Amino acid sequence: MRLLPAALLLFLPVVAHAAEGGMPQLDFANPLTTSQVVWGAIIFVVLYILASRFALPKVGEVLEERASRIAQDLETAQAAKAKSDAAVLEMTEATAKARADAQATINAELEKAKAKAAEQAAVLNEKLERQLAESEAQIVAARTAAMGALRQVATDTAQTVVARLTGTAPDQARLNAAIGGALASRGLG
Amino acid sequence: MAAEGSSSIDALSQFKLSTALGPIGASVNFTQSNLMMVIAGLLTLALLWVGMRPRAMVPGRLQAAAEMAYETILSMCTETIGPEGRKFFPFVFTLFFFILFGNLMGVFPYAFTFTSHIAVTLALSLLVFVLVTVVALKEHGLHFFSYFVPAGVPKVLTPLMVLIEVISYLSRIISLSVRLFANMMAGHVMLEVFGAFIVMLGAAGLIGWIPAGLSLAVNTALIGFELLVATLQAYVFAVLTCIYLHDAVHLH
Repeated sequence: MRLLPAALLLFLPVVAHAAEGGMPQLDFANPLTTSQVVWGAIIFVVLYILASRFALPKVGEVLEERASRIAQDLETAQAAKAKSDAAVLEMTEATAKARADAQATINAELEKAKAKAAEQAAVLNEKLERQLAESEAQIVAARTAAMGALRQVATDTAQTVVARLTGTAPDQARLNAAIGGALASRGLG
Repeated sequence: MAAEGSSSIDALSQFKLSTALGPIGASVNFTQSNLMMVIAGLLTLALLWVGMRPRAMVPGRLQAAAEMAYETILSMCTETIGPEGRKFFPFVFTLFFFILFGNLMGVFPYAFTFTSHIAVTLALSLLVFVLVTVVALKEHGLHFFSYFVPAGVPKVLTPLMVLIEVISYLSRIISLSVRLFANMMAGHVMLEVFGAFIVMLGAAGLIGWIPAGLSLAVNTALIGFELLVATLQAYVFAVLTCIYLHDAVHLH
């Protein structure tokens, strides 16, 4: 629409010239001006009938076919997805169950092994305790024996030393008492 | 060029009607304008027929074009008119492609543009007007005439408003037809004028070659512009038809 005034302004001389001869479009004296409309109407009606009856339904058919095909494919895909989702869920559940089972077995075995180890440790402890007690008893016996011998050694040594120093054998009773006192003062009597 | 002389540009003889198809056409006043209409119709049908022949699930280029044409016009109808638009789809489709091919073919050299004839565009707009009015009467009966009485208007002004509404309703015929006719004619006059400039200036020797070249550049740009106008005007005609049909179906 905007083009028209600009064109008219630009080509005013042309339009003026045209007015002399007249626009062929407005020459209604020419029978062709009206006959083209009559023929145009016929052509348009034929085109409308051919398009609406044959050509357009063909396009519509193909489009509908495609739409239904797409819908169907989508549906199939949806079903497949649901199926795979269910399978995944099942697998997850199975995995969880297997894991729990395995954990339970492991725990049971662990408890059993712990109990067994504790038992063995107890037995071993008892044995060691016994051995320790035995050893301690032996040590005490050995110590007692050694302590007994100590008095004899001390008596003998003292007798010999006194005999050497004095030349006379010491009085047995006094020696015994002195040694007994010395040992007692050192806590060995 | 006109016979009166080489100094005047005859931009209008391109719109002169003559008979086509030899003596047979002449005997029934079949014009070259009608020949172009037949070609426009054949192109429309060929687009659909040849394009849809493969019936492919994944369309090729021509089939995609045919489907796009179908879906564009269908959505134009359903979006503008509403769900009832499907009924009018074949009509709007035929109208749009008849005008579109008529406009586009007119840009080719030696081709005749039947949409540059007011008689043709007037007939088309009358067809639309009659269809719209018949549809409105069929849908709403006599209630249709309430269309001309705007709501919320003081009683005193009602006769005036009705008069204005009736005039605006009737002027659709003129605006619809003149819009298409004027656009097509103006474009073709400009093309002819600049084309004549090229010839006249080119013949004037070395001095004329630069303006002749400029005219050629203008004409080149104009052809692109004409292609745009051709498509746009066909679209506008179809969209306005849809809007009028919407009014007819829904009354406002």
